[in-house]
Amino acid sequence: MDLLIKNAAVFDGDGFTEEDIYIESGDVKKIGPSLKAEKGCRVLDAKGMIALPGLIDMHVHLREPGFEGKEDIESGSEAAVAGGFTQVCCMPNTDPVCDSAVGVSYIKYRQAEVGLCRINPIGAITKGQKGEALADIGKMAKAGAVAISDDGKSVMNSKMMRLAMEYASGFGLKCLCHCEDANLSDGGVVNEGYNSTLSGLKGQLRAVEDIMIAREIALSESLGIPTHICHVTTYSGVELIREAKRRGVPVTAETCPHYFTLTDDVTLDYNTNTKVNPPLREEKDRLAVIEGLKDGTIDCIVTDHAPHSVKDKEVEYDVAAFGFSGLETSFALSYTYLVKTGVITFKKLVELMSSNPAKILGLKGGSITCGNPGDITLVNVDERYTVDSSKFRSKGKNTPFDGWEVWGKIKATIVDGDIKYMDEGIES
Amino acid sequence: MLRKKDLIGLKDTSPEEIEEILDTADEMRKIVDSKRKDSELLRGKTLISLFYENSTRTRTSFALAAEYLGANEINMGVATSSVQKGETLKDTGLTLNAMNIDFIAIRHQMAGAPALLAKNVSASVINGGDGMNEHPTQALLDFLTLRRHFGTLSGLKVAILGDIKHSRVAKSNLYGLRKFGSEVSMYCPGTLMPMEIEKMGAKVAKSREEALDGADAVMGLRIQLERQSGGLFPSLSEYSSFYGMKDVLLKYAKPGAIILHPGPVNRGVELTPSLIDGDESFILEQVTNGVAVRMALLKLLDEFRQSR
Repeated sequence: MDLLIKNAAVFDGDGFTEEDIYIESGDVKKIGPSLKAEKGCRVLDAKGMIALPGLIDMHVHLREPGFEGKEDIESGSEAAVAGGFTQVCCMPNTDPVCDSAVGVSYIKYRQAEVGLCRINPIGAITKGQKGEALADIGKMAKAGAVAISDDGKSVMNSKMMRLAMEYASGFGLKCLCHCEDANLSDGGVVNEGYNSTLSGLKGQLRAVEDIMIAREIALSESLGIPTHICHVTTYSGVELIREAKRRGVPVTAETCPHYFTLTDDVTLDYNTNTKVNPPLREEKDRLAVIEGLKDGTIDCIVTDHAPHSVKDKEVEYDVAAFGFSGLETSFALSYTYLVKTGVITFKKLVELMSSNPAKILGLKGGSITCGNPGDITLVNVDERYTVDSSKFRSKGKNTPFDGWEVWGKIKATIVDGDIKYMDEGIES
Repeated sequence: MLRKKDLIGLKDTSPEEIEEILDTADEMRKIVDSKRKDSELLRGKTLISLFYENSTRTRTSFALAAEYLGANEINMGVATSSVQKGETLKDTGLTLNAMNIDFIAIRHQMAGAPALLAKNVSASVINGGDGMNEHPTQALLDFLTLRRHFGTLSGLKVAILGDIKHSRVAKSNLYGLRKFGSEVSMYCPGTLMPMEIEKMGAKVAKSREEALDGADAVMGLRIQLERQSGGLFPSLSEYSSFYGMKDVLLKYAKPGAIILHPGPVNRGVELTPSLIDGDESFILEQVTNGVAVRMALLKLLDEFRQSR
């Protein structure tokens, strides 16, 4: 069915104009004032809403197969569209690890079956994410993997990483690098600093992350092959990437909302919903991450959506699972703490959450233009609401943001011209 | 009056509360020193010892504290309980709570575990040491020892030598002593010093001599052998040469300075045997005071629970 979105404030890359968007057979056909609904066409009145190119989250964990108690592709997709995401890219640390064409195909099959957002599988770099032998990178690329990553850990052997980058580049795939020197992190569960001394929790130095960021930059620079740094958290890591970009190294980077909204102060009461890897850092890191987003050192915002069941978190801090359920809070947190505060422009936010991830991975989308897929997110940035994890579509209720007052409500999420999510009170 | 259900750490315990615990412990010390320890104060109450880490003196001390006040102590041998079958700390707590016990003394290798347990039970939880966080009853017995000897906890200088990074004893002492305006200086290899401990009010010394300078008390902390195998220092003999407390160093401390150690001591590593056995040593006095302090806590926590 075709869809006509009426009276939306369409973001055209610079500003807003109130226009209608006509989507025919899944693609944007016309954008303009006062478009007429054709016969059999569904109409959605978006008065007071902004139409954004569908949001893209290039770093999520959907847990299926293997950990369906935490999340599955259906609940994860529901969370994604509720969070305004028309596309997500899912990490391969499932059970079994997604390190083969079969693993990639399974996710594509489940995506089609669930039929909510687009799901782009990320394949493992090494078989079983063990860091020992390359996974079937070519076959995974052919099956639809959009990148490779051993997310959750670094490929510690630098030669193995070099080979992965060289081999994957032949298939046009980038390595997405989780940066953690496993020898140095040595079981640390929080940032190592004053707060870890206070809490007695085992810490991870910034160097745990920085050493591997520096290595990935060095490999990228030596080989001339693009690389992408996952979830940057340290001030020193931001500076390494900034310097590398200045030299022309083809490096891109991401961060998550929790790294620009929280510090490790929140870990002091041992609330396991503050445990995440890499860990929450200090105020100067938080400010540097914001500065990195502002000046383009950091290219995109991802959630690192890491849903867990209650029993994974209702235990001692040391043994609690790492990660936050992030899909349903990402836009509002980013809007509230970056745009509303005047740190970045709305244009920049759209780049960070849609067009840049599309560019980095070569995905469809990232703009509302005629001929492109009708992937659109409708938001009301003037609507304030309270985060309530009990209402999450995700199975993971593990968030440090419960009870936070935020601005920017997702009103509808449209994929290929199909309305996949509508907020209460929206009619069409 | 102690206004809390649990004693989790000295971080959140006020100087007034600490004074009250020590005053009560002074009273309890009379019972400990008496021939017949037949107080009926806590008759019919039960203390469960839930020790996830090995302990001889702390557990025994808790057990005796309960016995001396007429309460029962039951050691829940963690190795023989359902914990071995994978029961969570929360479920263990809920189970014990359902048996209507009054106190739980817990020792756990993970920081924050006593706080997690306390949230899930109505019994009073006493932290017997959690990971690298706190060991409040040890610090309180140190304070009782210091106060009984020096007559005050204010204006003292305590030098701490040993594995400070992994020591909950050092941290609880630091929290408490700073509240009374006493000075705490520390010295150990860089690998055993926690980050930014100066911000907690400690003075990080550059030598043993500097740490000991003008000290009223010198506290040695146990060096665990696994720290050596983990590469944190090359050998015990090297440790003792450069970081151990020796008789000849006593001259840097104040005349009449006393020697403390939470035990168990590695003779000749943290302290020379002559210091352990010498007149300056208050190590056994600490052990006696440990029973008194734990009796005081059982009494005060019980009073608070009764008042609610």
